[in-house]
Amino acid sequence: MSEPLLKIEGISKHFGGFTALNNVTTHVNPGERFGLIGPNGSGKTTMINCVSGLLRNEEGKIIFDGRDVTDLKPHKRTGAGIARSFQIPRPFHTMSVIENLMIPAEFVGHHRGDKYDDRAESMEILETMGMADKAEDPTTDLTQIELRKLELARAMAAKPKLLISDEAMAGLTGQEVDEVIDILFKMNERGITIIMIEHIMRAVMRFSQRIICLDAGQLIAEGTPEDIMKDKGVERAYLGSTDEDG
Amino acid sequence: MKYMFEIVCLLLIVGIFVLTQVISNQFYFFIGFVILQYMVLATAWNILGGYAGYVNFGSAGFLATGAYTSVALINFLDIGLIEQMIIGGAMAGLLGLITGYLTLRLRGVYFAIATLALAIILETVVAHWDYVGGAAGTSILPKRKPELFDIMIVDRKTGVFANYKEYLFFLMGTVAVLSVWIARYIEQSKLGRGLNAIKDSEEAAECMGVPTLRLKLIATTISGAMMGVAGAPLASYLTFIDPLSAFNLEYAVNAIAMPMIGGTVSWMGPVIGALLLGTAQQVSSLWIQSELNLLIVGVLLVVFVIIAPEGIVGWFRKSRQGSRR
Repeated sequence: MSEPLLKIEGISKHFGGFTALNNVTTHVNPGERFGLIGPNGSGKTTMINCVSGLLRNEEGKIIFDGRDVTDLKPHKRTGAGIARSFQIPRPFHTMSVIENLMIPAEFVGHHRGDKYDDRAESMEILETMGMADKAEDPTTDLTQIELRKLELARAMAAKPKLLISDEAMAGLTGQEVDEVIDILFKMNERGITIIMIEHIMRAVMRFSQRIICLDAGQLIAEGTPEDIMKDKGVERAYLGSTDEDG
Repeated sequence: MKYMFEIVCLLLIVGIFVLTQVISNQFYFFIGFVILQYMVLATAWNILGGYAGYVNFGSAGFLATGAYTSVALINFLDIGLIEQMIIGGAMAGLLGLITGYLTLRLRGVYFAIATLALAIILETVVAHWDYVGGAAGTSILPKRKPELFDIMIVDRKTGVFANYKEYLFFLMGTVAVLSVWIARYIEQSKLGRGLNAIKDSEEAAECMGVPTLRLKLIATTISGAMMGVAGAPLASYLTFIDPLSAFNLEYAVNAIAMPMIGGTVSWMGPVIGALLLGTAQQVSSLWIQSELNLLIVGVLLVVFVIIAPEGIVGWFRKSRQGSRR
């Protein structure tokens, strides 16, 4: 088996006396579709904040693409190939849709030196999202699903190796959820490794090849969607609420 | 044409020079200096406040850093105005860099309070520093016959400028043109786009590869330095300086009000705001009543916040977009 793209080695994160993450160890393989689930407050967002660099884990190491990124700032990690979307969309609201994509295109700059058209590249990403017609619109005119798609599109513009999708589907309708899953599948087909954090079980189960479940900052289960569905610990963590989403 | 703006800038500087040669009434240079100084201050404020969204309430502190650096330099070395402006700007730029480091975790209103506190601390320090006059202030007599590269600059008969008011006006005019050029350059550069992203969402910007800390420090440094340059000739202009005049709240208020009224999204905003508000203030305080100018700022701010929250530039842009649709 090849070397994992992302290795999380025993990371812990405390907020005062509260332990948000407790000695979590896992890995994500190149090209994998990886699901991260857990009840509210279980540490999912804390974990990906540690991976993307917005938070620093007090213990443990994060190895990305063979390089220890534990002490790197978020923008350096983005440069190394980790991009994320935000749970609550945070568009650059004074800019148009395409300008939002051109920020990572310009700043991550894998193309420094040669003549590379940020605008054309950004437009191409918008096309795969079905948002090409919105390119020049201000982000304040976008609907919820368009904002979610923009989050993913902007992350794509950073040309990541690893894309972290933080609850990109929360609050969307069934049809919209399918649309976002299709987009994520398309990105995965292009060779991008994807971590999906989601509450909508139907989506995670359909999308992921492998899933981990967090509860109260601890990793309680790891396996294929089928394994996770059958896992007693996961069921207990969710108190049977998994049935609700299917 | 690619260098159109640069050519206009050069022409403006030449135009300002011609004005000093043609107009003989000192009074125009006296009030013109103040308006130009505000233009620099407003433009400098806007680099941090308008582009990056960090509201600096301590502009007077940076301006006074420039002013008091000059006073110390005059006392210590008796050097010329241009050197004062360069060193004063450097000191205020350094202060900007330090402020940036100290306040890098503060956002929104907390950053504004920190900058206000900084100005108050500096004022207290200066008020107790007797070398630059302390709380009582000090008189500054400009050099009798300043020379630059063996050219007599200020002399009634043989100098380039007949007196100091003209020279100061020309220097401040040049600085104003340069600062506007810098602001426009930043606005259209990668730095400007990065600052804009920071303004919209700092965390998203950082996660999208924008080195937010570095860009913020560049912005606080440039903004501080420009304010320092604007403040450096203050003592020579007033021929007297005390903490009350150098740290005047009017500087801090106008530095915010002018870009707000003109529009913070573009380099044009602070220019328009400074011309409009600066002129209105000068006219009212000289011909009507000196207390009136703060009232004018207040009323205009309220009016603009209501009818054109994005300033004059924003209002024009919107009405142009509206008519296109």
